[in-house]
Amino acid sequence: MHNFTLLLFLILSSLAIFCGLMTVFSRNPIHSALFLIGCFFAIAGHYLLLSAQFLAIVHIIVYAGAIMVLFLFTLMLMNLNEETEQHKPALAKIGAVISAGMLMLVLVAVFKRAVLAPPPPYQDFSIGTIETLGKVLLNEFLLPFEFASVLLLTAMIGAVLLAKKQNPNTNQA
Amino acid sequence: MALLSIFQTVPVHYYLVVSAMLFCIGVLGVLYRRNAIIIFMSIELMLNAVNLLLVAFSAYHNDSGGQVFVFFVMAVAAAEVAVGLAILVAIFRNVHAVDIDELKNLKW
Repeated sequence: MHNFTLLLFLILSSLAIFCGLMTVFSRNPIHSALFLIGCFFAIAGHYLLLSAQFLAIVHIIVYAGAIMVLFLFTLMLMNLNEETEQHKPALAKIGAVISAGMLMLVLVAVFKRAVLAPPPPYQDFSIGTIETLGKVLLNEFLLPFEFASVLLLTAMIGAVLLAKKQNPNTNQA
Repeated sequence: MALLSIFQTVPVHYYLVVSAMLFCIGVLGVLYRRNAIIIFMSIELMLNAVNLLLVAFSAYHNDSGGQVFVFFVMAVAAAEVAVGLAILVAIFRNVHAVDIDELKNLKW
């Protein structure tokens, strides 16, 4: 039972990291987007493992369902592929890999020595349910919740305005 | 038996390391690529690394506040992607490229 959980964690983690790396290194932007979807599913699996069921479902709906469809639509609209892709010079790529590697070295070195409070022996499995999160969201976090809805409305209007084809006959400010 | 905390099996340090690696892959993508859409995807990857860590610590401390925060991060990420991709479409219509090295008209 315990080893099974650890195995599941390791499989999901390696899948997420592999898909993340392939997102960065794929030559074709469409492949990058598809690998990123795989990475998001692995992260949703992590959420389920941490018994955050509501967030796992919301994560799949929002990221795999909405955001990645938007990405794929944009990629297909622009008709980008391997031939049109410009790549950075080799020196810049090596520099990018070295700086990201150094950042990871620093972060892992810091986190390895992190002193944390001891874990509670029993986990409260009810905090990830819709019932608990809904109560917290609409009592404690009601104002930010409403602001989030205003933010989404503003983003929607802004996106429509920005992407709309401008009519050359109308007078532009 | 099944009600034991996951952190008896998987130490929370493992989650710290996985999140750090995912975040660094995102940073690598921003530095490595010139395609603005891939850079957007890398930013999403970084946001997700932080979300994973927030959920892990929310479960670790038995506190639902972390999960509510992840919910808000998702809302902001959705808004950011919608506006960002709309800007990219507008740029593509004018410049016919999404190569960030082409967009240097504001550079002195």
